[in-house]
Amino acid sequence: MQICRVIGTVVATQKHRKFEGAKLLLVQPVTLDDQPRGTVLLAVDSVGAGVHEKVLVVIEGRAAGDALGRKAAPVDAAVIGIVDSMDVHE
Amino acid sequence: MQLAKVIGDVVSTRKDDNLVSMKLLVLQPIGADGSAVGRTLVATDAVGAGVGETVFFVRGKEASFPFYPTEVPTDAGVVGIVDHYDVEPSART
Repeated sequence: MQICRVIGTVVATQKHRKFEGAKLLLVQPVTLDDQPRGTVLLAVDSVGAGVHEKVLVVIEGRAAGDALGRKAAPVDAAVIGIVDSMDVHE
Repeated sequence: MQLAKVIGDVVSTRKDDNLVSMKLLVLQPIGADGSAVGRTLVATDAVGAGVGETVFFVRGKEASFPFYPTEVPTDAGVVGIVDHYDVEPSART
């Protein structure tokens, strides 16, 4: 899983039917000290996250499909948690 | 998934039987500000996208799911056409 920050939303009318009703979020992967890292991803939301929240994202097909609750959905990333707080000791 | 701009298409006569009648699009992945990020790639099309449109695509085996039960040998597939997207101002860099 990856820590990301939600930076936006996407609207798409014409999409694969397995996406119907799903919320699409633009998420920016971030490092432990909250710096942007890598390219922005599009993830389906299964927890009701909003813009600017720090979230937990799975970037793998089967896990994302499970999060969406639909079999054989063509998704590869899903928001599966909202981060309340994080403690890192190093 | 990732956002991308459709910048072309590919014609291939001799190809895997399960790719027959598939539309192949050339994609340039883009970032939140619409600028090109990373390498271009070829993707199958499951939604009827065309050149010039902003789309989102999925990577990996999941790209073949729209064509189930046909086992299409693809590793990237367009699964939606973007109407518009909003990005919080602080992230638009």
